[in-house]
Amino acid sequence: MENTTDTQTKILVVDDERDIRSLFEMKFRREIRKGELSFSFAFSGEEALDYMEGHASEVVLILSDINMPGMSGIELLKRIRLDHPSPNPKVMMVTAYNDDDYYHQAFQNGANDFLTKPIDFSKLKEKLQSL
Amino acid sequence: MEFAYFLLVLFFVQYIRKTMYTKETYPRWDRILVYCRFMAIFLLCAPWVFDCERVFSWLWHAFMLVFVVVLYTRKEFKSVRSLMMSILPLIVIGIAGDVASLISKEFYQKYDEYFDMFKVFFVIWVVAMWYQNRRQQKQLANERQQRIEEEKQNQLMKARKAELEILVAERTEEINRQKEELVTALDHLKTTQVQLVQSEKMASLGELTAGIAHEIQNPLNFVNNFAEVNTELIEELKEEQEKDAPDHELVEEILRDLADNMSKMVHHGKRADSIVKGMLMHSRTGSGEKENVDVNALADEYMRLAYHGLRAKDKSFNATLEKDFQNEIMKARVMPQDFGRVLLNIFNNAFYAVAQRTKSEGDGYRPTVWLSSKLNNGAVEIRIKDNGMGIPDSARAKIFEPFFTTKPTGQGTGLGLSLSYDIICNGHGGTLEVESKKGEFTEFTVRVPAG
Repeated sequence: MENTTDTQTKILVVDDERDIRSLFEMKFRREIRKGELSFSFAFSGEEALDYMEGHASEVVLILSDINMPGMSGIELLKRIRLDHPSPNPKVMMVTAYNDDDYYHQAFQNGANDFLTKPIDFSKLKEKLQSL
Repeated sequence: MEFAYFLLVLFFVQYIRKTMYTKETYPRWDRILVYCRFMAIFLLCAPWVFDCERVFSWLWHAFMLVFVVVLYTRKEFKSVRSLMMSILPLIVIGIAGDVASLISKEFYQKYDEYFDMFKVFFVIWVVAMWYQNRRQQKQLANERQQRIEEEKQNQLMKARKAELEILVAERTEEINRQKEELVTALDHLKTTQVQLVQSEKMASLGELTAGIAHEIQNPLNFVNNFAEVNTELIEELKEEQEKDAPDHELVEEILRDLADNMSKMVHHGKRADSIVKGMLMHSRTGSGEKENVDVNALADEYMRLAYHGLRAKDKSFNATLEKDFQNEIMKARVMPQDFGRVLLNIFNNAFYAVAQRTKSEGDGYRPTVWLSSKLNNGAVEIRIKDNGMGIPDSARAKIFEPFFTTKPTGQGTGLGLSLSYDIICNGHGGTLEVESKKGEFTEFTVRVPAG
């Protein structure tokens, strides 16, 4: 887990695939260079919760995979909503399965948005701009 | 003396007819014997009618001699030959007495008592001989009877033997028919066994389908995403190069990123490739050739496949996967298809067990599957442990038996662990052991020769 930059819009990306970090840093290189966005990465739900303990006030958006070993993305979402009522970060769930069950579970537990893999980055950028 | 002759003739005629069944066997001689009896009666009674006692006495001697000699010489009366011989001394002494009285009455009168004594003695001798002969006859009759019985027995045995031979032939035919049926049944069983093994493979592959989809989807996503990124980077590079004063540092950075992304694409492409190959390998029959394989990578891959396979079926399911490898790469000499099948079976069971316990215990229970490997005395030791339902003592001894399963009907073939045991112990000369405590954990330890 690493905090890349320290700007106003901080996004925590949670995924058990470590290459997600390179991908996000490449895709958002311009935004990172300009200082518009900063990313932090956690590779499990447990790591994400640890990170949130010290950075809850900085994180504007959590982008979390659902299907992770150990704590799943849905579990993480529940904990975030429970442990961090204020400030309450926006949570966007991501999954490789375009599945109604996951979709409903995510929204029932307080997710703000839902994306399926492979991530459509242009759509993600639009969503980020609307934040 | 004449009366003694008379009694002897009557007695012997009766005796011969009775013992030799002459009426049936020798009817002609039977008639002669009857005439002899009449002759004896005549000779006994005649002296009362005709007053010539001496003549009849000589006729008696002659008659007795003829009677004895004829019966003695005829082969039909062989059995009474000794009896006839025994009468001869009596006849001789009778003749001798008559001759003596004819020659010298004084001499005869003087020795009359001796003659009588001899006559009595010879009569007793005849009776003794008759008794002896009777015993012999009885013995012979017994022997004959015995032979007849034996013959009957032989006949019975022959008949029984013939019956038995027929029975044996029938049974042999039946056994041959049953043997042919058994051979056919065995062929069917062998075919069924092959089909069962194949269906077990397919069943465990079915468990994997969703896991495979997930595991392929992820690297493919990376390949696609990094390819997009590279397209953008190339555009950016072109833009930068078209500038009058390109930023060389930025160009260098873009080129470096391009190279990094390419290597990531290759890595994820290979990852997807290895999963597809693994899946195909699992469904195929192995070549039987052992290879040096990194069992850490193999076990890690199958653990993820089994995990995602179960997650795809039961979205509420989750588990922590813990790995502890003594060395990053652990080479073992195994048949990859078969060995992978064993690992997959154990992982499927482990995730099934923790999923079951999650259902029964709910919150507060942290389902975990541990995978570890280490070198131990020239063998690679892989331990797969779960904190699931555990195996009851009653089932532990049977888990490696074919068709034994505790899963509900339709959820397990009951062949997974028995095939695994066979693959590890017989196919690899390794060991497969299980330790478990009901309600706490199950740990499988696989040992195979190191590569």
